[in-house]
Amino acid sequence: MISLNINQKTYQVDVSPDMPLLWVIRDIVGLTGTKYGCGVAQCGACVVHMNGEAARSCVTKVSRAEGQAIVTIEGLSQNNDHPLQTAWNEISVPQCGYCHSGQLMSAAVLLRENPNPTDDDIDAAMAGNICRCGTYPRIRQAIHLAAEMQRKGIKNKN
Amino acid sequence: MTLLNSFHNMKRNSETAGRYFLPVKTISVLAVILSAIGIMSFGIKNKKGVTKSNIQFENSNRDSIKSVKAFMDVYKVLMSPRCVNCHPSGDVPLQGDDSHLHTMFPRRGVDGKGVYAMKCANCHQPANTPGLNTPPGNPNWHLPPANMKLVFQGRTPHQLAKQLMDPKQNGHKGKEQLIAHATDALVLAAWNPGDGRALPPMSHEAFKKAWTTWIENGAYAPKPSKVKARP
Repeated sequence: MISLNINQKTYQVDVSPDMPLLWVIRDIVGLTGTKYGCGVAQCGACVVHMNGEAARSCVTKVSRAEGQAIVTIEGLSQNNDHPLQTAWNEISVPQCGYCHSGQLMSAAVLLRENPNPTDDDIDAAMAGNICRCGTYPRIRQAIHLAAEMQRKGIKNKN
Repeated sequence: MTLLNSFHNMKRNSETAGRYFLPVKTISVLAVILSAIGIMSFGIKNKKGVTKSNIQFENSNRDSIKSVKAFMDVYKVLMSPRCVNCHPSGDVPLQGDDSHLHTMFPRRGVDGKGVYAMKCANCHQPANTPGLNTPPGNPNWHLPPANMKLVFQGRTPHQLAKQLMDPKQNGHKGKEQLIAHATDALVLAAWNPGDGRALPPMSHEAFKKAWTTWIENGAYAPKPSKVKARP
């Protein structure tokens, strides 16, 4: 049995230690917000936080995640009111939406480490998250808006 | 720089001469002469045209021919994709056997471990991920830090040898630490590159032997013109 801490809950899972963390999160634990994209750490759809870092769960073996603090899109905020989630909603960022849990999880690391990112900072942080719908301009706009809300302490504009 | 400083000193001296009555001309001339001697001493070469190392080798048997010959083997390895890809001239690592810019353009960051959501260890696991086009792994995967970039890309054998033996450019390593570096875990990772990637052009054992031979025989840098830099 492997003990996992996901979104501040403990899960005991009976899986092979080399199973990708993404498989465990989706198929064993049942949290399906995190998506499978490429399976080789090339697209960013599967990003979750592992001890606060934007880990790509498709190539992270579950044995590496044991005992670490894992946060998925479901645990990014208590009431879907992280400034990024609010900004995403405000601007209607997604088109098909498939990549956006990964986009949000990567953007959350950026905003934690840099509360006032420039366009160049956003490029540096988000270059590994691909969106086939091409929503990049709205992603950029939403990150700037979320940064502003975060700085002003606004959780939800509505 | 020393000569430049002397000129700056001369300028300052001449500006204050009227007030302090110092023998400005004498001091200036002496400063220029001493600076010139200092600069020349950095460029001393032996009869074969190779450059001596910046590191002290009191107990070594110096042999510039043997040393340079060994370094040319070392150079072939250090300029292979497995080494040069993480020693780029810019702040984006290289990737693949053709050393193209790493897709996604991850950046070096201050500590060499990436930035924000693009840190090396987010994708590069403690061990190689199986399969083609998957991230190779190592527990300590990183580029050299921003304040000590250890660039290999584009360096000639002469430039690279001098750089490797300069503690101000080699991570503050002395002779013993450099020799030990041949078995560093990230150096060894070059010979376990993951599926589909070419190995360096010789075995690790042969590389270690060449590396040690180069250093133990004086760590001489080849002549500047011997081989053109690889791109």
